[in-house]
Amino acid sequence: MGISISEQWAGDLPVQPQSEVVNDFSIQVATVNGSGSQSSNNILMRSIFQMGIPVSGKNLFPSNIAGLPTWFTIRASKHGYVGRKKEIDILVAMNPETAHEDVASLEPGRAVIYEEKLKLSDLRDDLIYYPIPFNELAGQVVQDLRLRKLVANMVYVGSVAALLDIDMAQVESAIAKWFKAKQKAIDLNIKAARLGEAYVREKITKRDPFRLKAMNLTAGKIIIDGNSACALGSMFAGVTVVTWYPITPSSSLCETLMDYMKRFRIDPETGKATYAIVQAEDELAALGMALGAGWAGARSMTSTSGPGISLMAEFSGLGYFAEVPGVIFDVQRIGPSTGLPTRTAQGDITSLYYLSHGDTKHVVLFPCNMEECFDFSIQAFDLAERLQQPIFVATDLDLGMNNWMAEPFTYPEKPIDRGKVLSAEEVERLHGFARYRDVDGDGIPYRTLPGTHHALAAYFTRGSGHNDQAKYSERPEDYEGLMDRLNKKHETARNYVPQPVVHHVDGAGVGIIAFGSTDSAMEECRHQLFSEYGIEAAYFRIRALPLTHHLRDFVHAHKRVYVVEQNRDGQMADLIRLELDGAESGKIRKVVHYKGIPIDARFVTGKIVEMEEA
Amino acid sequence: MSSTTAPRPKNLNRLGLPMADYKGAPSTLCSGCGHDAVTSQVIKAFYEMGVDPSQVAKMSGIGCSSKSPAYFLGTAFGFNGVHGRMPSTATGAVLANRQLLCIGVSGDGDTVAIGLGQFCHLLRRNIPMIYVIENNGVYGLTKGQFSPTADLGTQQKSGIVNDLPAMDVCSLAIELGCNYVARSFAGDPKQLVALLKGAISHKGTALLDVISPCVTFNNHDASMKSYKWAKEHEELLHQIDFIPHFEPLQTVDYAEGQLIEVEMRDGSHLRLHKTDRTFNPTDKQAALRLLHESRESNEFLTGLLYVNPQSKDFVELLNLVDEPLAQLPQEKLRPKPEVLEQVMREYM
Repeated sequence: MGISISEQWAGDLPVQPQSEVVNDFSIQVATVNGSGSQSSNNILMRSIFQMGIPVSGKNLFPSNIAGLPTWFTIRASKHGYVGRKKEIDILVAMNPETAHEDVASLEPGRAVIYEEKLKLSDLRDDLIYYPIPFNELAGQVVQDLRLRKLVANMVYVGSVAALLDIDMAQVESAIAKWFKAKQKAIDLNIKAARLGEAYVREKITKRDPFRLKAMNLTAGKIIIDGNSACALGSMFAGVTVVTWYPITPSSSLCETLMDYMKRFRIDPETGKATYAIVQAEDELAALGMALGAGWAGARSMTSTSGPGISLMAEFSGLGYFAEVPGVIFDVQRIGPSTGLPTRTAQGDITSLYYLSHGDTKHVVLFPCNMEECFDFSIQAFDLAERLQQPIFVATDLDLGMNNWMAEPFTYPEKPIDRGKVLSAEEVERLHGFARYRDVDGDGIPYRTLPGTHHALAAYFTRGSGHNDQAKYSERPEDYEGLMDRLNKKHETARNYVPQPVVHHVDGAGVGIIAFGSTDSAMEECRHQLFSEYGIEAAYFRIRALPLTHHLRDFVHAHKRVYVVEQNRDGQMADLIRLELDGAESGKIRKVVHYKGIPIDARFVTGKIVEMEEA
Repeated sequence: MSSTTAPRPKNLNRLGLPMADYKGAPSTLCSGCGHDAVTSQVIKAFYEMGVDPSQVAKMSGIGCSSKSPAYFLGTAFGFNGVHGRMPSTATGAVLANRQLLCIGVSGDGDTVAIGLGQFCHLLRRNIPMIYVIENNGVYGLTKGQFSPTADLGTQQKSGIVNDLPAMDVCSLAIELGCNYVARSFAGDPKQLVALLKGAISHKGTALLDVISPCVTFNNHDASMKSYKWAKEHEELLHQIDFIPHFEPLQTVDYAEGQLIEVEMRDGSHLRLHKTDRTFNPTDKQAALRLLHESRESNEFLTGLLYVNPQSKDFVELLNLVDEPLAQLPQEKLRPKPEVLEQVMREYM
């Protein structure tokens, strides 16, 4: 049953507020990489979250350890919109290098909070300026110059809190949470924040319209990043062998996993590990180990990003052709080549789907939020063993490394699925088995695990041509039969992967398709389309490749279908067209965003309106 | 393992299995290939040691050598992966199931050219497995190109001379921490089978560099990896006896310095009888020195080059549970709901 957008958003149309903007704006903090601003930005974000206001945080950082500019954007949204907001409403300018440019990029009427010494107020006369001597105030807390820099960051937290009406009690509790049991650090930082607050209260008159008011929309929710969510999912999936090679933006996935496995996966009786985690020498070895382990019956995984995916191409083909399970996380970044290692993209869609030479087609899952990062990670391990092939979980830097609000994760209901594995007793009862025979008609054969105690259990796995008994074969009919069966398995996979989420809208001529992190901008975009342009749009969210039959129905039901994604070529749109016949295929239009910064609703709305009006 | 003294039926090993159970598919390699001679000794060693074939994992990459696991232990699991990457698939398999006895067969191209990186890291990690290099100095499947172990100055059939120095896998392996390093010759079955049995007993990576002539592309007069050259030049470092843990160890009287006895962790013994040369394979520095000297003087020394039975392997280093990871039940793999609740609270 569809509902109309006017019903869904009745009474919630945006008014252009002149006097006061409450719980609907974004703050950007411009600092220098390595200056310790991560703590203060997270504390600021968490303080707002603790006030019950939906919030999201995005770190725009350089590929550098220290010294280059970095920006952290916090968005507060009473609507619960968690995508990036294009316009910055409040700038906290702490970086002399970028301050002039940061100020120049603001829309009129916005506020600039800045280190007094930067003298920014002469740059433009259509902004609201709040100069604050952060360094001097920090000097009142600590003498040490290096520490003073760090403390100055906490001073701006206090100042921003005072200007935006953030409850100081929340700031203080957020500081305590961040610094855990380190009382000295807690005291120091609270003192710094209070100084920043006091300065504003005494010396500054608020002239901007932005403020925060407590709501009750975040109770019981968590703030987490996608890499941690995938790590947790992997642990609860029962992963046993983890092999990886460091690469931005995926490294924290396995690093977080290591921490959790040490805490929760040591056998209490023996004190021994129920898992192996190996930092491999490169991505080839990482996937080689994962597949060796998957072959021998472990639940195995690796995580990487684009360049690693390229290196894993040959092994991915082996996994597909020899039917070996394993899970591969791809936390996408900008490519090709080194690209921009710290910038986000959805640019590996085609390469993941077809990774490796010859006729290869993989299963790829696209979680769009933290809950799905957790759930799909668990499903990926089940699918890998059920389908006996590598399963890719494609997130991106935006999902993987940024902070997102989420519901607490749900404990998996279904038991672990090890797929079609024959025991020694079953091999005995069946008088042997044919490793690559399609017994059940679903394209999925049965396998045994190395070490199965039976003379008829063993088989020889190979990446070369083989018949259904796993014997080497160059016979044309054996190869053709094998490839046809793998195709049948791919068809079976369409029903096993997470199915799309469809928001029908009665009478809508326009349909939008998106996936992964792009989803974060879509509700807001559809709201803008309707409230500002009267365009009602239905929405279809892809959650996996291969695509499912629902796609054809959705395209059929609409006149124009916009596929929104974060790459130059519209890779998913091209894969969608392959599933459609000529007339239907002509309905597909590409909306592509490839700037490296997360996609925002305003951009998508603009593109769709432009094409609708053309 | 318990040792048995009861008389065993003839032609059956201690598991009651015939030698036939240790054979594989008929070889498709060239007639007379050194690799088939190695295969025969693998069959013999595993049969005589009474290894349960169902608990063996045979790993390989790509090349003539990498085909050979299909020709022995037909009832063991095998994994023929991609070129030069056998070390990684073997590592994964061993981690998944620590009870598997893993044997990898590779070639000089597979190991020393495309696979050198993974080979080095396998040794560095001390993955418990037997790693056999069937070393013939050429790429057979692509018709005779030189590999990185081709000797300086050696010639292809067409007359092309190799003008790059050979890489020595044994000294490399010792440098990287391998604790069982041997060199042998496909034409010396007695020595090879003893070294293979020692490798079966060893905990950690056991590396066997076996000169295994390519009869089609590298067995001519100008080759330094031919049967003729190897037979004429092979110099034994010692005569080797292997006494398995399940057989009684007879005490023997030898004059001082005539015998070195090495006890393996499974209770088996290697007895190394002195030849003309005095050499102690438990001395790492001596082994490296010997290898360097023999390269300078172009000697072909075979035998056990270095052994340290007491090394800690990667599975021990990772402190893995005794039961294979692949066989752990859900109760051991999926933490309880309370754990998820606890973690969620930390993110609130």
